[in-house]
Amino acid sequence: MSAKIEVAKLNLWYGDFQALIDVDLAVREKTITALIGSSGCGKSTLLRCLDRMNDRIDGVRITGSVRIDGEDIYRMKKAELPRLRKKVGMVFQRPNPFPLSVYKNVAFGPTVHHQANHDELDALVEESLRAVNLWDELKDRLDESALGLSLEQKQRLCIARLVAVKSEVLLMDEPCSALDPVATLKIEELMRRLRADFTIVIVTHNMQQAARVSQETGFMLLGELVEFGRTPDIFTSPRDKRTEDYITGRFG
Amino acid sequence: MSPRKIREFFIEKLIFLSGVASIVFVALIFVFLLKEGVSLFKTIGLGDFLGGRFWYPISDPPKLGILPLILGSLLVTAGAIALAVPLGIASAFYIAEVAPPRLRDALKTCIEVLSAIPSVVLGFIGMVTLVPFIKRVFGIPTGLTAMTGSIMLALMALPTIISISEDAINSVPGEYKAGAIALGATHWQTLRRVIIHGAMPGIIAASMLGIGRVFGETMAVMMVTGNAAVIPKSLLQPVRTLTATIAAEMGEAVRGSEHFYALFAIGIVLFIISFAINVTADLFLNRGKKR
Ligand SMILES: Nc1ncnc2c1ncn2[C@@H]1O[C@H](COP(=O)(O)OP(=O)(O)OP(=O)(O)O)[C@@H](O)[C@H]1O
Ligand SMILES: [Mg+2]
Repeated sequence: MSAKIEVAKLNLWYGDFQALIDVDLAVREKTITALIGSSGCGKSTLLRCLDRMNDRIDGVRITGSVRIDGEDIYRMKKAELPRLRKKVGMVFQRPNPFPLSVYKNVAFGPTVHHQANHDELDALVEESLRAVNLWDELKDRLDESALGLSLEQKQRLCIARLVAVKSEVLLMDEPCSALDPVATLKIEELMRRLRADFTIVIVTHNMQQAARVSQETGFMLLGELVEFGRTPDIFTSPRDKRTEDYITGRFG
Repeated sequence: MSPRKIREFFIEKLIFLSGVASIVFVALIFVFLLKEGVSLFKTIGLGDFLGGRFWYPISDPPKLGILPLILGSLLVTAGAIALAVPLGIASAFYIAEVAPPRLRDALKTCIEVLSAIPSVVLGFIGMVTLVPFIKRVFGIPTGLTAMTGSIMLALMALPTIISISEDAINSVPGEYKAGAIALGATHWQTLRRVIIHGAMPGIIAASMLGIGRVFGETMAVMMVTGNAAVIPKSLLQPVRTLTATIAAEMGEAVRGSEHFYALFAIGIVLFIISFAINVTADLFLNRGKKR
């Protein structure tokens, strides 16, 4: 099967500091790919390269290519970025629902992309909230501010926003690090279900989490993607000594 | 006690006293205002005062109805709001979100300069430029109109509205913006659909404070509105405001006369309205902080 996302010879500099070094990566469609590695190794940076959110940071320079469905996203014009970011959605570490009602949070994407007219919107909101198991909890609170939800509900809502906009790729940067263990397991459960429809790339510090949810894992160290392969292989028989040291807890 | 403790003791008391003093001063001012103002109502009813259509303080017997003055103040203020609030909010968004850094700094400096112009000076400039301009453009007998006052007051309210709204916009958490951009919203959609909601309490507070400033302003209005104490029917006719009445007549009112007490009663009316405006503004500012 061909790759959904193909990263080739990707280098990134923040000013003079090189944060990504010759990264090659192929993410398969409708799989969960985990990126692990110690703090500061460039996981978030790599993730942000996939929807060009790094463009927003001053002094960033990038070489190499990122292809999504064969299209090199670094050749896209600025006016095409909304289309890219609609296709490739991002879930942030700290849940960041807008200071709007639950309904408007979910409806935000479809509205700005003119995907649904007024009548279709209700159905789309319901469908999206159902997809993240929030509908039963929130169906009577659609007009309440999303800022009053629990952290777990907020994170689910943020995922629902992407479901509503019909994203194809979900980038998740430590989506559970603000959540308690029970909520974490529930979000992982959700990710497993979403895998049927989405290609998911998740950055995590939690190696058990990577092992639990992902099919493929990449290990990063100081800006390099040291090793990439099937998750069971990475965790049971890593080829690189540095990967082995990391997953057995010898450093990092 | 050690010297340090003694020093702290005195500093603490001093701070306490300063705090109490400011409360006492406010209370004293209010008591004084109330005492002088309320004396009026021994001779004239509250309804006749607030609802009276004629203000002839030196006729015999004096007619002390302030309805024309209240309507004058409201009309001039409403005109100023209609101009300053939309313009101010738009400028705040431009400065906070659109302008390149150098232009932003230049604009902020301009706004500070504008807020530093004393209102008499602004009134004077208005008198020699705006008044003849309005007269000519509308072909009316005098350029001293409510609209002239509104325009001058809008200029005075703009710096307040712009700088406080801009603060509110800047303090909207960056994660909202990142979230919207990451969903593929354009810069404009992000502004219109997300940032403005985050900043709304602050923007409302800014507008209220701007309105408060306008409502209490005296000098500039007195110089450009013509000061005719008649019930206004349009923006293009002379009006007189509550503030201008006090300023213009306090010097000539005979101490202890009905006229004199009536001016204090106008003071109470002004005080109550301004207070209400400020409390509303505070309410919104605090609501913004809590979130
Ligand atoms: N905006 C920036 N400007 C300059 N340097 C940055 C910026 N963002 C990240 N860096 C640097 O790039 C490197 C990689 O950062 P990145 O946030 O991608 O790491 P990470 O693997 O996600 O770390 P963590 O696990 O702590 O989230 C770090 O050394 C960091 O200091
Ligand atoms: Mg990170």
